[in-house]
Amino acid sequence: MSQDTQATAQADGFLVATGSDGRLLAGAIALLGIAVLIGGAILGLLLEGVRDFGGALAAFDSYLFRIVWFTLWQAVLSTVLSVVPAIVVARALSRHPTFPGRALILRLFALPLALPAIVAALGILALLGRAGLLAVPLSALSGGTWPGIYGLSGILVAHVFFNLPLATRLLLEALDTVPSDQWRLASQLGMRSLSTFRLIEWPAMRAALPGAAGLVFMLCVTSFTIVLTLGGGPAATTLEVAIYQALRFDFDPARAVTFTVLQVALTVLVMLVLARLGANTAVDANLPVTRRKFISPGYAERSLNAGIILLALAFVAGPIAATVVAGLSADFARLLTEPAVRQATTTSIVLAILSALLSVMVALSLAAARRAAAAKRSKPARVFEAVAGTGAGFVLVVPPIVIGAGWFILLRHTGAVFAVAPAMVVFVNAVMAMPFVIRAIRPAFDAAAERNDRLCAQLGISGWNRTRLIDWPALRGPIATGLAFAMALSLGDLGVIALFGSDAVQTLPYLLLARMGSYRTDDAAGLALLLGLLCLALIFLADRFGAKGAS
Amino acid sequence: MRKKLLSLLVIASAFSVLPAHAQDKLTIYTYDSFTAEWGPGPQVEKAFEAECACDVEFVAVADGVALLNRLKLEGESTRADIVLGLDTNLTNEAKATGLFVRAGIDQASVKVPGGWSDDVFVPYDYAHFAVVYDSEKLANPPKSLHELVDGDPNEKIVLQDPRTSTPGLGMLLWIKSVYGANAPEAWAKLRNRVLTVTPGWSEAYGLFTKGEAPMVLSYTTSPAYHMVAEDTERYKALAFEEGNYLQIEVAGITTTGAKNPLAAKFLAFMTGPGFQDIIPETNWMLPAGATDKPLNPAFGKLPEPTKTLLFSADEVAANRKAWIDEWLAVMSR
Repeated sequence: MSQDTQATAQADGFLVATGSDGRLLAGAIALLGIAVLIGGAILGLLLEGVRDFGGALAAFDSYLFRIVWFTLWQAVLSTVLSVVPAIVVARALSRHPTFPGRALILRLFALPLALPAIVAALGILALLGRAGLLAVPLSALSGGTWPGIYGLSGILVAHVFFNLPLATRLLLEALDTVPSDQWRLASQLGMRSLSTFRLIEWPAMRAALPGAAGLVFMLCVTSFTIVLTLGGGPAATTLEVAIYQALRFDFDPARAVTFTVLQVALTVLVMLVLARLGANTAVDANLPVTRRKFISPGYAERSLNAGIILLALAFVAGPIAATVVAGLSADFARLLTEPAVRQATTTSIVLAILSALLSVMVALSLAAARRAAAAKRSKPARVFEAVAGTGAGFVLVVPPIVIGAGWFILLRHTGAVFAVAPAMVVFVNAVMAMPFVIRAIRPAFDAAAERNDRLCAQLGISGWNRTRLIDWPALRGPIATGLAFAMALSLGDLGVIALFGSDAVQTLPYLLLARMGSYRTDDAAGLALLLGLLCLALIFLADRFGAKGAS
Repeated sequence: MRKKLLSLLVIASAFSVLPAHAQDKLTIYTYDSFTAEWGPGPQVEKAFEAECACDVEFVAVADGVALLNRLKLEGESTRADIVLGLDTNLTNEAKATGLFVRAGIDQASVKVPGGWSDDVFVPYDYAHFAVVYDSEKLANPPKSLHELVDGDPNEKIVLQDPRTSTPGLGMLLWIKSVYGANAPEAWAKLRNRVLTVTPGWSEAYGLFTKGEAPMVLSYTTSPAYHMVAEDTERYKALAFEEGNYLQIEVAGITTTGAKNPLAAKFLAFMTGPGFQDIIPETNWMLPAGATDKPLNPAFGKLPEPTKTLLFSADEVAANRKAWIDEWLAVMSR
C-alpha cells in the first residue's frame, strides 16, 4: 500500500470516528493534501528505484562518498564557524544592554533569515568576489590577485552570514533567561568577567548550545542555493546539488534516487539527534527582552566587547550593503521594462501569494482540527490531534528538492515536467512554510479558543459572526505574520524552480540564476536588490500589521 | 484510477500551456549562444521567415547536452519541431530516444571533414576545439595537450561541464583520445589549472574575455571574431601537436516536427547559402553547406590543426556515462 492510500485510509478512519465536524474535515483534507504531495514524491522515487535497481546501486561510487563527505564536512565547518563566534558576540551583547543601537543591531541580525539565499550569495560575491568591492584591498593584502571565494570558502562565508546572527540570537535568548538575582549576587560577590562567564554565563549558554548548533548544522546540511551559486564545480558539491545535477545535467534518475534516499536519511538522523538535544527546530523571531543586569565591565573589557560587536555587525551588514551598492549600479530603467523581468516578477508574486494563502489555510485547518479533536475523548481523535499538532513539523525532514526530485521522476514520462512548474512551486513552498506558519498562528488560535469557546457557546455566536467578531481580531496579526513569512519563503525559492523551471515558467530567482550564469552581473545585482526589497517589505508589513493586530 | 486522474491532469495542464499547433509555426530548440543578439538566430529567423512566410520560434536551452536532456524529459509531447545544436558525439544517443525521424532531404551540398552519411541528422557547421589564449597575458602558451596538462597551475583555463556542454564533452573526449586509460591522471593534473567549470560555452567565454583567466576551451575559429568585430589579434587559438578534436554540429527533426512540413523545409534551407552565409560571422564556425559569399580573410589567419581527432558516434554512446563518471570522480577530489 502506498503512502498516500494509507493516509487516505487513516483520514477516512478519522472521519468515521469523528462524525461530520467541519473543522475535522478541513484538517483531514489538509493532512491528505500534504500526504499526497510527499507520498507522490516517495512513490516516484520508489518506482524508479525498483525499475532501475542496478542503476541506483551503481550510484554508490567514489563520487557519491566524496559528496556525502563534503556535505557533512562543510556543515561541520559552517556550524563551528557560526556558533563559536556567536558565543563571544552573544556574551558581548548581553553584557552591554545599553550599547548604542543595540536594538537595531538585533533587528539587523534577524534580517538574513528573511533574505532569499540567492540574494545573500550575490551580496557576498559583490563584496568578496574576484571583481567584488573588496577585491582591490584584498589583492593588496594577499600579495597577488585575489582569487575570489568560489568553492568551500564561499560556501562557508555564506553559511556563517546566515547562521552567526541566528546562533547569536538563540544564545542571547538563553543568556536572558538568567534571573536578575544571579547577576546581583555576582555583582555583590565582586565576580570578575572571567568568573561570571564560568559560573553564570557559560552554564546558561551551554544548555542552549546543542540546540543552536544542531539547528545550524541542519540548515547547512540541506543548503541548496548557496552551494549551487558559490560552489563552483564538482569539487564543492553537496547531496542536494548533486540531486539537481543528476536530474538536470546527467538525466540519471536512478542516481538521483540514491542521492535522495541518502539525503532523507541524513536529515532524519540530524532531526532525531536534534529532538534528543531538545532543540527548537522552528526558528523563533522574538526579540529578547533584556532584564536588568548588574554588570559594570571595566574599560578594557568594554572596548573589547565593542570591537567584537562592531566586527560581527560589519560581517552581517557588509553583504547587505554590497547588495544595495551593486544593485544600484544596474540599469533599472532597462531592467524593469524588459518583458522577461516583468513576467518573472509577476510570476513570482502570484505564485508567492497563492503559496502563502494555501499555507495559512492548511495551518488554520490543522490548528482548528487539532482543537476539535482535543475536545473529543476517543482514541482516533487523540492520534489525529497529535498528527495535526506536532506531526506537521516533520515535513521539514523532506527538503523541497527531495519532493521536487520525486515528482520530477514520477512525471518525467508524461512530458509535463515543465508544465507543472507553477503548481510545484506553490504546493511545495506552502508545505515547507507550514510548520513556521503553524507556530505563528496556533498559540493565538488556541488562546482565543480557550478564552472564547464557552462564552460563544453560551451566547450562541457561531459561524460567520463568530469568525468576524471574535476570531478575526485575535488572529489577523498572526495570520499576517504567517502570510508574510510564507510569501517570503516562496519568493526566494530556488530548489523547486531550478528543477522545474524552463523558458516557459521563470521566477525572479530563476532569472537571477540565469543572468548570473551568463555573467550579466549588473542585471543579476539589480534583480537581487529587487527580490531582497520585496522580501523585506513583506516582513516589514507583517511586523506592522501584526503589531496592530496584537494591540 | 489514480493513474487515470494523473494523466487527465497532465493532459489538462499540457493544453493550458501549449498553444494549438498552428501549421505556419516552426519551433526550434537550440543553445543560448545561437539565439543571442549577436548569434546567428535573429538573422536565420528573418531569412527563413521571408522564404516560408511562417513564424519561427527559437527556444534556448543552456548548451548542447542540456538540449538532449530537455528533449528526453519532454518526450513525445515536446513542442520542438527541430533540435539544432547537438553534435556527432550525441547523435547515437539522440537516435536511441526514438524521438527523431529521418530528415528526408537531399544532403548533397553537405561538406564536413571526413565526409557525412547520416539520414537523420544534418550538419550545419563544424570547427576544431582549441585552447584560445590571451597573448597579452600569456607569453608561452602550451604547444601540446601534454604541455597544457603539465603546465604552470597558476596560469588558469576555464572549461565547460561535459554533462551539459558540447565543448565540455569535446574536451573530455580530446583528453581521452590522447591519454587513453591514463585520462584520469591527466585530469588530476589539469584540474589544478582549471579556474572553474561552467555549464555552457558562453559563460566560459564570457569569463575569458572579461580577463578572469588567460585561457579558455573554445574553437580554432574563435579568434576570427576578435579580428573581424574588434580588429585585434590579441586572442589566438592553438593547434596542438597531438591534433585537435573535431566538432560537427547537427540538427534533426523530432517526431513532433514530422507532422510539420516546415521542418524539412528548414533543414533544406539550412544546407543552402541562405543559412550558411550567416554562420561564419555569427556562430564563428565553418560552414558545412553551400555558400554564396567567400569566407572573411580573417579565417585564413587561423591555425590549421595538424591532425583531426574524432571518436565514432558509437564509441561515444557506449562510453559517455563511464567517462563522465571517471571525470566526476577526479574533479570532485
